[in-house]
Amino acid sequence: MDTTVGLDPKRKAIVTAPKIQIRQLNFFYGEYQGLKSISMDVPENKVTAFIGPSGCGKSTLLRTLNRMYDLYPRQRAEGEILFNGANILTPKQDLNLLRAKIGMVFQKPTPFPMSIYDNIAFGVRLYEHLPKAQMDERVEWALRKAALWEEAKDKLNQSGLSLSGGQQQRLCIARGIAVKPEVLLLDEPTSALDPISTAKIEELVSELTQDYTIVIVTHNMQQAARVSDYTAYMYLGELIEFDSTDTIFIKPRNQATEDYITGRFG
Amino acid sequence: MDLYSKRIAVNRIGLALSMAAMMIGLGALAWILGTLMFKGLGALKPQVFLQMTPPPGNDGGLLNAIYGSLLMVGVGTLIATPTGILAGIYLAEYGQRSWLAPVTRFVNDILLSAPSIILGLFVYAIYVANVGHFSGWAGAFALALIAIPVIVRATDNMLSLVPNSLREAAAALGAPRWKVILQVTLRAARAGVMTGILLSVARISGETAPLLFTSLNNQFWSSDLNAPVANLPVVIFQFAMSPYEDWKRLAWVGALLITLSVLLLSIIARVLTRQKIST
Repeated sequence: MDTTVGLDPKRKAIVTAPKIQIRQLNFFYGEYQGLKSISMDVPENKVTAFIGPSGCGKSTLLRTLNRMYDLYPRQRAEGEILFNGANILTPKQDLNLLRAKIGMVFQKPTPFPMSIYDNIAFGVRLYEHLPKAQMDERVEWALRKAALWEEAKDKLNQSGLSLSGGQQQRLCIARGIAVKPEVLLLDEPTSALDPISTAKIEELVSELTQDYTIVIVTHNMQQAARVSDYTAYMYLGELIEFDSTDTIFIKPRNQATEDYITGRFG
Repeated sequence: MDLYSKRIAVNRIGLALSMAAMMIGLGALAWILGTLMFKGLGALKPQVFLQMTPPPGNDGGLLNAIYGSLLMVGVGTLIATPTGILAGIYLAEYGQRSWLAPVTRFVNDILLSAPSIILGLFVYAIYVANVGHFSGWAGAFALALIAIPVIVRATDNMLSLVPNSLREAAAALGAPRWKVILQVTLRAARAGVMTGILLSVARISGETAPLLFTSLNNQFWSSDLNAPVANLPVVIFQFAMSPYEDWKRLAWVGALLITLSVLLLSIIARVLTRQKIST
């Protein structure tokens, strides 16, 4: 199984400069190996989707990109992940600075127990000293980008928990982009939402690629087809195929990929 | 059909037994409160709050005892709260990787159920005996030792209830660990932690045994914590066992006051947790 599809010189190279380069990544939950020798490039200012059946390692792979697994003692990664040229898997890497540049939105909306305004300002205040007027602007900008401004502008002082599920998720997205990261990681961001909120968020993702590199994990193939420019198909911890979304969905190179896409399997 | 009616019968018997048990429990509680109200309310006059504890046969109040109790409970809580919360934070947030956390939890649970007289004796042996006299500081310290395990337990439990997804969301923004704990996790758990503190206050306001060994009592107005300080529980202890009627009446009033304040604290704690819990 060829796991270095994106780099094989015999095949079409990826045109855009890679924002993140993953090289021979192995990941372990204690004794169990969750990722096997993954190598791929994440192109800049594009949407890359990770798809695959449950347990294939797509969320695991996503969470190595901002070293979220570091919060848990029994999880470790080996290999290299180059972000802006530097390997982020070294112990010397400042995790907080890394996470300020690579943001993440989770599957379950998690508003902080504070006002909507403070939810968004929280991340900004970590690394920037903004006077009130500029902070107000930043909060408004983030909420507008997340398509939440109209609904939230009159209740910025109310608790973030007072919003509906779809609104909370958009709040989390606003919170993620307010700090202006370079990369945004989305871990099944719409799987807990209704179709209308899902549509709004997918629209948002397309818009965001102008300024951000986006990686989205989704178990919904149609969403991957709609939203992404590049798709990686994973199975049992291995990268089976990685290519432009059109190729993956119309003419995949691997039989396994085709089986998954057409629903014969998974 | 026979199986069904048998089940219905068993259901009814079970229901009857549990209601009976509830009646017994509630009944005992109602009896205690009723007796306290009956005996105490009658003697609850303004002078209780305005005059000192009297010698037998004279008119008086409980002012010095109330003040002394407030003082020592206050100081005890001031010592116990930051200690307890910080220990609870360590257990819940930093404890997964080391052996210290399970040991601390275990010792904490022991302290939690330790008879308070032992804690009083402990403070007596290491502090009062060395210093040479009883004092309010010793009393406050003994009360703090009783309150700390309660707060540690409550903080540890409430912080552990905060879902990891909230911590991850804050960490994902690049927040350093201590900020995640203080500004997000602790904040999410604040209602429960407040409840723990209130319940610890309720607990120590009625403790008598430790005060017998540490602050003793004082017949007169005392605000000097370096000397014995008047306090409600010991006053009740002294007055209730005496043969004097007016002393006994004051003891009932004191008991009523303590009960009412504990009741009030518990109600506030309940209201806090109910309002703040969201979906």
